[in-house]
Amino acid sequence: MNFLKDKVTRRDFITYGLVVAAFAVVSLLAAQGVIPRSLRGQLVPVTCYVVMAISLNLVVGVAGDLSLGHAGFMSVGAFSGIVTAMSLTEAIPDPAIRLAISMVVGALFAAVAGFLIGIPVLRLRGDYLAIVTLAFGEIIKEVVNCLIVGVDSTGLHVIFNVGGDKTVADLHLLEGGVAIIKGAQGASGTAKIATFAAGFVLVMITLVVVLNLVRSRAGRAIMAVRDNRIAAESVGLSVTKYRLIAFVVSAALAGAAGALYGANFSQLSPAKFDFNTSILVLVFVVLGGLGNMRGSIIAAVLLTILPEALRGFSDYRMLVYAIVLILVMLFTNNPQLKLLIGKIVPKREEAAAHGE
Amino acid sequence: MSINMNPAMNRRSLIAGVTGLGAAGILAGCSDGGAAAEGSASAAAGGFKIGSIGPKTGATASYGISVTNGVELGCKDFSVDGLSFECKSEDSTGNAETAVNAYNTLVDWGMQALVGPTLTGPSVSVADQCNTDRTFMITPSASSEDVTAGKDCVFQICFTDPNQGRNAALFLAEKYADEKIAVIYNSGDAYSSGIYTAFTEQAKASKLQVVSEESFKDDSASSFNNQLTKAQAAGATLIFAPIYYTPASVLLTNAHDMGYDVTVMGCDGMDGILGVEGFDTSYAEGLLLMTPFSADDPASADFVKAYQDAYGETPDQFAADAYDGVHAVAEAIKKAGVTPDTAPEDSCEKLAAAMLEITVEGLTGTLSWNDKGQVEKDPTAFVIKDGKYVQA
Repeated sequence: MNFLKDKVTRRDFITYGLVVAAFAVVSLLAAQGVIPRSLRGQLVPVTCYVVMAISLNLVVGVAGDLSLGHAGFMSVGAFSGIVTAMSLTEAIPDPAIRLAISMVVGALFAAVAGFLIGIPVLRLRGDYLAIVTLAFGEIIKEVVNCLIVGVDSTGLHVIFNVGGDKTVADLHLLEGGVAIIKGAQGASGTAKIATFAAGFVLVMITLVVVLNLVRSRAGRAIMAVRDNRIAAESVGLSVTKYRLIAFVVSAALAGAAGALYGANFSQLSPAKFDFNTSILVLVFVVLGGLGNMRGSIIAAVLLTILPEALRGFSDYRMLVYAIVLILVMLFTNNPQLKLLIGKIVPKREEAAAHGE
Repeated sequence: MSINMNPAMNRRSLIAGVTGLGAAGILAGCSDGGAAAEGSASAAAGGFKIGSIGPKTGATASYGISVTNGVELGCKDFSVDGLSFECKSEDSTGNAETAVNAYNTLVDWGMQALVGPTLTGPSVSVADQCNTDRTFMITPSASSEDVTAGKDCVFQICFTDPNQGRNAALFLAEKYADEKIAVIYNSGDAYSSGIYTAFTEQAKASKLQVVSEESFKDDSASSFNNQLTKAQAAGATLIFAPIYYTPASVLLTNAHDMGYDVTVMGCDGMDGILGVEGFDTSYAEGLLLMTPFSADDPASADFVKAYQDAYGETPDQFAADAYDGVHAVAEAIKKAGVTPDTAPEDSCEKLAAAMLEITVEGLTGTLSWNDKGQVEKDPTAFVIKDGKYVQA
C-alpha cells in the first residue's frame, strides 16, 4: 500500500473505488429488484455517457481544445459496431465476445476518423478545431444517411447512396440475408447485446487509460502545450503530436461508447448523434469541472438520470432541468462554498487548479 | 476574480440561488399535487391501464400531442360500466432512447396495453422491448414494416409505407391512368422514400406513365423550383409527392408562382396542410390525398366535436388513429375476456390472439389485422374542394 502515499495516485484510486462501489451497489439493488424499471433501463446509456464525458474531458479539460462534434465519433463507433456485431452473429454466438469485438472495431473506426481530422486541424492555432469538429458531426450524419449495408452468406454488401435513388433491394441480398443500415432509417431490428457489466468494464478501461495518460510523460506534455504553447515548443515538445494523442485517444473511447450504445437499442438513427448530443456531453464536462474526471462521471450520471427523474413535472420537466443546471453552476462557482469545501478537504485547490 | 472577492456579490448570489431553489421546490410541490389530482380524477378505481408515448416537446411535438390527446379522449369515451380505462402519456421528445425510458416509466406505473409510440424510429425500439417483456402494443402512426416484423404482440393502426405506395399507384391507375406523372420525394426521410419505392414498383406493374422522378432532402425543402421545372419540362400533368405537409405547402406555393397548373397528390403525411401558418389554402384546391380520416366527414362529427371541446383544435389523422387504437384495445378486451386484474403477460397473449379475430368500425375505416400485425382496411382518397375534404 506504499504507492497510495502519493496524493495523485490516491485520488485516482478513490475514483476507481467510487466507480466499483457504485457498480456493486447498483448491481446488488438491481438483483434485489429494488430499482424501478425506468432507472434500470438507463443503466447502459448512463455508462455510455460517462465514457463520452471522460473522453471529451481529455480533449477539452486536459488538452484545452474545444471539440463540438464528439457525438460524431460516437456515431462512427455505433454504426461500425452494429455492422460488426450483426455480421458476426453466426460466426461468434457468444454475445459478450461479439460485443467486445464490436466495441474494439467501433473504437478503431472512430480513432481513424479522429486521426484524419486531427492531422490538418490540430496544426492550426485558435478555434479551428471547434469549427471543424462541428462540421464533422454534421457530415457524419449525412454520410450515414447515405449508407445502405446488408449482410448475407457471401459477406457484407455496402451501397453508398449519394443520388438517393438506391434502396435495400439494390443490395441483392441472398436468401437469409439481413439489411443492417437502411439509409435515413438508420439501423433497425438489430440485436440488443449490451449489458450493464460491459458498460462498467468500459468505464473502468476508459478511466485507467485516461488517468494514466494524464499522469504520464505524454500527459504532462499535453498539459504543457495547453498551458503555454510557445513555452512548450521552446523546450522541444511537438505541439501537434501531443494534441493529436489526446484527440485520437478521446475519439477512440467515444467510438467504443458509441458501439455499446448502439448495442443497447434495436433501432438507431443517425439523427440521434446530432449537435445537441455533442453539446450535452460538453455540458457534462463543464459542470463536472474541466480536467476533473471524477466530476465528469458524477455530472454525466446525474444529468442523464435527471430528465427522467423529473417526469413527475410533466410539461415543466425541461424547465426544471434548466433551473437545476443554472443552480449547479451558481453553487459550484460560489467562492464561499469553495472556501468551505477547501476547509473540509484540505489541498483541494490543486485538483481544481487543473481546470484553470 | 476581483468580483468573487466582493462579499456583497457573494451574499447576493447565494440568496439568489437559495431563492431559485425554493421556487423550484414550490413548483415541484404544485406540479406533484396537480398530477396527483389529475390522476385520481381520470381514474375510476381499478381501470385497465393504457399508456401512450409521443413527442410532446420538440420539432415533432404536433404529432405526439395529437396522438396522446386522441388516446386520452379514447380512454374517456370507451370506458363503460364494468370496464373503465386509465390513461397516462409520457413524452418521448421524438428520440428512441427517451421513448424507451418513457416506456419503462409506464411499465413502472402498471401499464397493461400501450397505444403508441408516435414516430417510427422510437416505435421500433419500444416494439422490440414490448416483445421481450410481453407487453401488448398498438402504434397509431409508426408506418415502417420493421415495427411489427417478427413481433407477435405489436400491431399498427396506419398503413405501412409500402402499402401506401402501392395503394396510391393502384388509385392512380384506376382514376388517372392517362396522366403523365412526376414523382417528388424526400430521399432523406424513411417515410417518404419507403412510399416512393413501393409506388414505383406498382406503377411499373400498373403501366403508369412516370415521366420524371426527383428527390430532395430536408435541408433543401425551402424551394422546389428546380424539381418543378424538370417535371414541367417532362410534360407532367400530375405530381405524386409522398411528403409531409410542411414541405408540401412550399411545393404548392412554388407551383402556383411558376404558373404551373398541375394536380398534386400526396399521402397521409399531407393531412394538416390546410393548417400550415402563412400558407394560402387556395393553392391547395384540387389537391388529392390518400388519408384515412377527414374531420369534415359527418360520420366523425361526434369525435371532432368532443376533441374540439377538450383541446380546442380540429383533430388530424394522428388523433383519429390513436382514438381507433384505444377502440381496438377495447374490442380486443371484450373479445378476449381480459379484466384489469389479469396479469400483464396473460393479457398480452390473449389480446394479441383476439386482435386477429376482431373487426373495428373505427374513424379511419373498417379495421382488421393480419398475423403480421399490419392493418387491413380500404384506402380512402380525398380531394380538397373549397377548403374541405371531399371523397375522391
